Amino acid sequence: MSAAAAEPAAADETDSAGAAPPLAIRTCGLGKSFGPHRAVADLDLEVPRGSVFGFLGPNGSGKTTTIRMLLGLVRPSAGRIELLGRPMPAGAAGALPRIGALVESPAFHPYLSARANLARLEAADVTPAAGTARDRVDAALERVGLLAAANRRYRVYSLGMRQRLGIAAALLRPRELLVLDEPTNGLDPQGTREVRALIRSLAGDGTTVFVSSHLLSEVEQVCTHIGVMHAGRLVAAGDVAALRAEPAPQASIRTPDTGAALAALADLGLAGEAAGTEVVSAELAEVAPERVVAALVVAGVRVRGFTVEARTLEDMYVALTGEGFDVEG
Amino acid sequence: MSKAEAAAGVGAAARQRTHRPVPGRFLRSELLLIFGRRRNLAGLAVLAAVPVIVAIAIKVVGPSSQGGPTFFAAVMGNGLFVALASLALELTLFLPLAVSAIAGDTIAGEANQGTLRYLLTVPVGRTRLLLVKLAAVVVFAFAATLLVAVAGAIAGCALFGGGPMTLLSGVQVSFVAGALRVLAAVAYLALSLSALGAVGLFVSTLTEQPIGATVAVLVFDLMCQVLDQIPQLDWLHPWLLTHWWLSFGDLLRDPIAWHGIGRGLALAAGYTAVAWLAAWARFAGKDVTS
Repeated sequence: MSAAAAEPAAADETDSAGAAPPLAIRTCGLGKSFGPHRAVADLDLEVPRGSVFGFLGPNGSGKTTTIRMLLGLVRPSAGRIELLGRPMPAGAAGALPRIGALVESPAFHPYLSARANLARLEAADVTPAAGTARDRVDAALERVGLLAAANRRYRVYSLGMRQRLGIAAALLRPRELLVLDEPTNGLDPQGTREVRALIRSLAGDGTTVFVSSHLLSEVEQVCTHIGVMHAGRLVAAGDVAALRAEPAPQASIRTPDTGAALAALADLGLAGEAAGTEVVSAELAEVAPERVVAALVVAGVRVRGFTVEARTLEDMYVALTGEGFDVEG
Repeated sequence: MSKAEAAAGVGAAARQRTHRPVPGRFLRSELLLIFGRRRNLAGLAVLAAVPVIVAIAIKVVGPSSQGGPTFFAAVMGNGLFVALASLALELTLFLPLAVSAIAGDTIAGEANQGTLRYLLTVPVGRTRLLLVKLAAVVVFAFAATLLVAVAGAIAGCALFGGGPMTLLSGVQVSFVAGALRVLAAVAYLALSLSALGAVGLFVSTLTEQPIGATVAVLVFDLMCQVLDQIPQLDWLHPWLLTHWWLSFGDLLRDPIAWHGIGRGLALAAGYTAVAWLAAWARFAGKDVTS
């Protein structure tokens, strides 16, 4: 992930060269310090166009700071950002109109109605035609199911409605990239499902979606790519399918003949270990489970049980980010 | 541009080219926000109530024999003087307070609510945001000052009548000429208050607490007035923002004494420019973590 030497040439090519897939987001060595506290360090992020990228990590792992840097709200202390092929924050005027964003939590004027709030954001935008503003506001409200409540003041909105209005604001115009920071925060299970369905349908239209969450389970089903943050650093990233395959499946064999079993595994090139008095376990790597069983039988090992467990993404996520309540300095 | 990007972006790009942006929309939205807010409307109602109280009090009790506040003595002669007397009265606290409340809210209010980050990602350029916010404060300063003058003129003319106006220098001018001079005074004071508003815009970029910003601007205004009262600091007086405010009375002389007005306008322009640039320097590269 840290190809610092090769990156300057590659960065210029990403948008024009056909060979590498074009990137919606690309950061090189991105870092941010607030005083002595390093919120983000050495972040090399590559989000392919058309992907649904799950940006995962526990609270306080630097996700929101990264998103703020991507959107030009916070100035990086180190590194470079390219957003839809444009450098940030210098290219903000060119890149941001093509990006819809939900940052940290929705925020609107409490005493204005939902419609008036969106109209204000719409009025602040110089790029689209003014005449279609009302239609676009209504279309965005419709998409998140808030049209019926459009004239109610924001202050009486429930947490879930606020979250949806935030998403509606991101959808005011057709976007090439959506940056959604914890979009399911505060939503009930049904609302979470709706957001997932929305992300799916947006991705189906070709929009790149960059969605952050501290819960893997909330985004796992919709993501094509995942990046895991921990203590300000990216500790894993890539294709979901590749990441799923990465930890080799684990076979555990219940047998009284542990010595013979280990020898049979060694013949297959597998490093087994006795995991108990009658259990032997081994990472399968490239070897198919049926070959292991056959080899064991041929070796005369009395197999009383044979199970293969693939490690779930959740296991990997927990292994990477820890399970405790510790706040990382 | 890659094919994928071209395909996705071509529609938007074409639309962007085929129409011209409407520059006034954001300012209009800003004004709707200011004048649609109940707190601000209540404040404006208080501003408008003062001239009515002044007019009724003078009508009922009569002008005080020894002086009283500026212009009070002239009120009996022409109702328009109620407008001027009210402006002079409200300059000490109410008008600066109103402008401070609006100006303190500009950036800090958006930051406090979290709406600032959404405006910036629309995107609204930071320079543009500061320009539009200042423009809205200036409009508010004009609206508030004009409101006081109009309320005073209406209450005054209703209770004391209009007709030709005897200026402070003794010359008599027609009612229309008198009204125009009152409007000139309104414009002068609105510009002076706008300078205070620019200071408020700067203070508003320093904090995420709109009330804190408002109080700070008001303290600045009152500090100017206090320092202006200390004779030992007379070298400082011409540079205090509030020093020339009461020179608006010079517009009611014939010929008009331009010295104070000119110095006041120049000082207001200077304060506005310096404060806006300070706001820009502070805000343009600031990390928005609200």
